Amino acid sequence: MIKDLVIIGGGAAGLAAALSANDPKIDILVIERERELGGILNQCIHNGFGLHVFKEELTGPEYSARYMDEFMNLNIEFLLNTTVVDVKKNDDFELTVSSFDQGLFKIQSKAVILSTGCYERTRGSITLPGERPKGIMPAGSAQRYLNIDGYLVGKSVFILGSGDIGLIMARRMTLEGAKVLGVAEIMPYSNGLTRNIVQCLHDYDIPLYLSHTVTDIKGKDRLEQITIQEVDQNFNPIENTQKVFDVDTLLLSVGLIPDISLFDSLEFIKDPMTKSAIVNQYYETNVQGLFVCGNALHVHDLVDYVSIESEKAGKSAQNYILNLNSKTKSNNVHEIKYNEKIRYVVPQLIDFQSINAPIDFSFRVTKKMEKAIFTVIQNNQVIYTKKAKHLAPAEMEKITVKPEMLIDQSQISILLEEVLT
Amino acid sequence: MRDMICIACPIGCHLHIDDNLKVTGNLCKKGEKYAIEEMTHPTRILTTTVKTNNKDTPRLSIKSRNPLPKELLFHALQILDSIIIKNNVKIGDIIVKDILNTGIDMVATKNVAMKSLTKE
Repeated sequence: MIKDLVIIGGGAAGLAAALSANDPKIDILVIERERELGGILNQCIHNGFGLHVFKEELTGPEYSARYMDEFMNLNIEFLLNTTVVDVKKNDDFELTVSSFDQGLFKIQSKAVILSTGCYERTRGSITLPGERPKGIMPAGSAQRYLNIDGYLVGKSVFILGSGDIGLIMARRMTLEGAKVLGVAEIMPYSNGLTRNIVQCLHDYDIPLYLSHTVTDIKGKDRLEQITIQEVDQNFNPIENTQKVFDVDTLLLSVGLIPDISLFDSLEFIKDPMTKSAIVNQYYETNVQGLFVCGNALHVHDLVDYVSIESEKAGKSAQNYILNLNSKTKSNNVHEIKYNEKIRYVVPQLIDFQSINAPIDFSFRVTKKMEKAIFTVIQNNQVIYTKKAKHLAPAEMEKITVKPEMLIDQSQISILLEEVLT
Repeated sequence: MRDMICIACPIGCHLHIDDNLKVTGNLCKKGEKYAIEEMTHPTRILTTTVKTNNKDTPRLSIKSRNPLPKELLFHALQILDSIIIKNNVKIGDIIVKDILNTGIDMVATKNVAMKSLTKE
């Protein structure tokens, strides 16, 4: 099978990328490992999606259906129940692919968009002490079991980590009749969106224990009891602060990691903060023709931003394929500099060879700030400032740099300063 | 008076509402409406699932088309417990009309084709 563009992952990112990459001259294939398109949105049955893209509040399945309908109308080719098992690159990409229907086969492609989403950190990645009974699982897995398969994984639940999925599941399991006894967060602030704290915890009087973590787990076969403890500034448990909860289930909402290990063999350059590829404003990696977008690039809190970003990646891939013969490797690429109040910036690189569109920079801050100001600096001059309020590490921020703001082709720095009132 | 965080959109404005229902801190009209409703008559969109007969898609996701009174959420869920979907469903199809005499319909949020109906 020979294609111009293979999009790996048919969720929010992959669908948006496919729609914008679509062109009569480009042969596109979308590969999806599940038995339907839509990705993680299918299990996110709560509402709150689409406020930016559609200006209305949709549930996850409704949001993905909008993209799927458009996708189906364009007759873009896709494979379900199909997974990519190996990737090589010479001039073109060579993908080894496995599916229920067709077994193992190979696909050649000029360009690849990686829209594979992210995976959840598990008990193994946070070294939880205690016994190892069943009943401990990532919150997103519990969400899938409940909303897709129809199984409630427990009756008496505690949640470790205040990420959005954990909060959403606190409410969801409460509505389905489980008793959620609390949420412990090791940081002194919550990692979830404020509206989820309000709607999922406050609404059901579920306590949030900030600066707390699980320090013991008991259970012979099934989980029986957990102990949480307050931690100090260095995250060490403080003596005599133990609280004990009798629960049969511990859900973990302790972080998401971009799922890109499949492409490790291509040796693309990674950003240690996002744990994914370093990209330029076209969402292209250092591997020519390889684009990354959505949660595979960095973990987003709003799917709307995934769609917007992925549309750009799709457009870039389209341009790449249509202008393949005239493509020259740019040597005018600069890394974006930023100060210590910013945790990461995506895209990490700016390619000055042909800037003709505004560049959206997405980033996260390192701490809560009531008021702050962003300054974009180039060649020792301030080229853009933006005031911001209520900044929090859990909420992704964006600034847009327009081509006309740039004075030359030198390095850009983004500085964030807190404004104390 | 009360301080609250607006949940009308992801911005999450910090609202303040006084005893005369005067709202400050909101960036848009939704915030004012939200604060007044939270003080007088809180409501929530209910999202959940109902059973289906379809082996491949055992649950159908649904929502209340408009927000329900907060105190009725668990009553509504009890009614939804007994529902089993047997036919094809499109997004927006009514699953329960006028639930608990609220005038609000519960509607499907997913398209499900019952092509692989299991015979019992």
